[in-house]
Amino acid sequence: MKKELLYSLPSLYREEMKIYGYQFGQGKKSVCIVGAMRGNEIQQMYICSQLVDTLKELEEKGALVEGYEIMVIPSVNPYSMNIGKRFWASDNTDINRMFPGYDKGETTQRVADGLFQVVQEYEYGLQFTSFYIPGDFVPHVRMMDTGIQNPSMAEMFGLPYAVIRTPRPYDTTTLNYNWQIWNTHAFSIYTGSPDRVDQEEAAAGISAVLRFLIRLGIVRYTIHQGYIASLIREQELENVRTDCPGICCRMAEPGQEIHQGQLLAVITDPCEGKIVSQIYSPTDGIVFFACASALVMEGTMVYRIIRYLHV
Amino acid sequence: MTETVVSVGLAVEEHLQIKKQVLSPVHPTGKEKRFCVVTGTHGDELEGQYVCWEVNRRIQENIHQLKGIVEIYPALNPLGVDSITRGVPGFDLDMNRVFPGEGENTMPEYVAHQIISDIQGASMCIDIHASNIFLREIPQVRINVNSAKELIPYARKINVDFLWVHGAATVLESTLAYSLNAIGVPTLVVEMGVGMRITEEFGHQLTDGIFALMKEMGIWEGETIEPKEPIICMDSEVGFLNANCPGIFLPCVKHWMNVKEGELIGRILNPLTGQVAEEVRSPMDGVLFTLREYPVVSPGSLLARVSDRKTLLRGGGKDGNLIRLDSAHKEERTQ
Repeated sequence: MKKELLYSLPSLYREEMKIYGYQFGQGKKSVCIVGAMRGNEIQQMYICSQLVDTLKELEEKGALVEGYEIMVIPSVNPYSMNIGKRFWASDNTDINRMFPGYDKGETTQRVADGLFQVVQEYEYGLQFTSFYIPGDFVPHVRMMDTGIQNPSMAEMFGLPYAVIRTPRPYDTTTLNYNWQIWNTHAFSIYTGSPDRVDQEEAAAGISAVLRFLIRLGIVRYTIHQGYIASLIREQELENVRTDCPGICCRMAEPGQEIHQGQLLAVITDPCEGKIVSQIYSPTDGIVFFACASALVMEGTMVYRIIRYLHV
Repeated sequence: MTETVVSVGLAVEEHLQIKKQVLSPVHPTGKEKRFCVVTGTHGDELEGQYVCWEVNRRIQENIHQLKGIVEIYPALNPLGVDSITRGVPGFDLDMNRVFPGEGENTMPEYVAHQIISDIQGASMCIDIHASNIFLREIPQVRINVNSAKELIPYARKINVDFLWVHGAATVLESTLAYSLNAIGVPTLVVEMGVGMRITEEFGHQLTDGIFALMKEMGIWEGETIEPKEPIICMDSEVGFLNANCPGIFLPCVKHWMNVKEGELIGRILNPLTGQVAEEVRSPMDGVLFTLREYPVVSPGSLLARVSDRKTLLRGGGKDGNLIRLDSAHKEERTQ
């Protein structure tokens, strides 16, 4: 393992911000794994830290196949993480909306450029990332539909689901999108909520990456085969929204099989305590996403459901 | 008459409500043009608040001179304005990146969808922004190059100092202005002043321009000013000055003035060491139309924008054509 300083940014009154990468093996730049890009993506950083630990052990045992290089970058944004902010410390911009970056541009464009110069050289790019609404997903791998994505490769993670997202205009400045545009096979991996460490979900994420590395022929190791992934287009998911505001008690969890008409959540009046709404599933399916907020407004997307699969 | 554009129940005893003021002629014919003034998409941009108030006031005091319908939306992101939050509170989202929205999606997308539906069919929309808290902008209209041919004639009537025709970027297709222009509502994006503050003189200048444009469109019959001809700049002719060192930026020029290539714009100071970390100089002869307001800078912080004087255009040619700025006013200083 080689710890490498990939990018640094000076500050007036703070220590330099440093982005480190952990390099395993030597040779063809094969797989790059990026963790926390936002200051609250602790789960994402934790998974990468565990991967660093695991890959170090595998390297010492001689389990890495010669001629390939793996890079793990656990934390891209320690400045925000150290002060408890999700986005950039001073101007609140999102590094994951600044790709491919610009070395003469604004601060987060420079950070994005500094990172992208390193990561774009790899054949495969994996990013552990998070959603803008607090909530829990069933573990899945996600790809942007850029026309050059390769859905069959998503099978190699052994996660239960692979989702293809049709990019909206604001997606075109994310790392995942730009990786693909610059000829890296890019995958985003969603496991657990960002703000807390979920050991079980983290283990699923680590296993998914190891499975991918084994199936690429880069790592010699034995692991459970995982799932045969179901491929889903994001627009096929059924959104379930609240019809009134209040305190939401969810009654179905990510990955749970549900039936049409099944009670998914109860909303109570926040002051008078009575039940003001009961939310029922509009379809048979599997819970893909469940909102984690106890307080919900009218129209909050509380569930996303995979319709008619495995039922 | 105040109307509610969209209402969403919040968790505890409150509704998010986006409201508009609808001002109609005393004797409507049913064939009036509709003119919309919107602002407050970013909760920390307040320059449009004064414009909304002033447009409202002038029309209500002279309602008999109104010949069209004027709709004023002072806060498209009311929770953001109330909480001094640029994005949508609770979502960490830039509201001007979710248009045109979706009816069956999250709150910001739903609200965006309802706003677009409400403005659809208008003859004109003025979308007023301030800069953020970091930069000060001269009153200007920004136009996507793909809409330039249609929008420049309107922008020249609105009494701003500067018109910036910028390049197309896919990410900007999520803005309110792009979405409205795409459905046939000519929409001008005005940027002026600085975040979290109101510059009253800019507010008056733009309000005068809005009335001049309304008169041109047959919506207003009262007296108006003769709008000033803006300086027009194409995107490729703008120089961006970004900090290369961290420190405290202290400008040594005034905003909105001519600068020479190599002229000192400001210095980045290090108060701890007493050193000048960087001298910032203009990359070209030009007009300084953006200047940093907030002193603390990091590498990359935008300090100023300068437009290349050689290539600037303005009105004054035969038949209203545009001509080179320098051929029209060789010795003029902007300030």
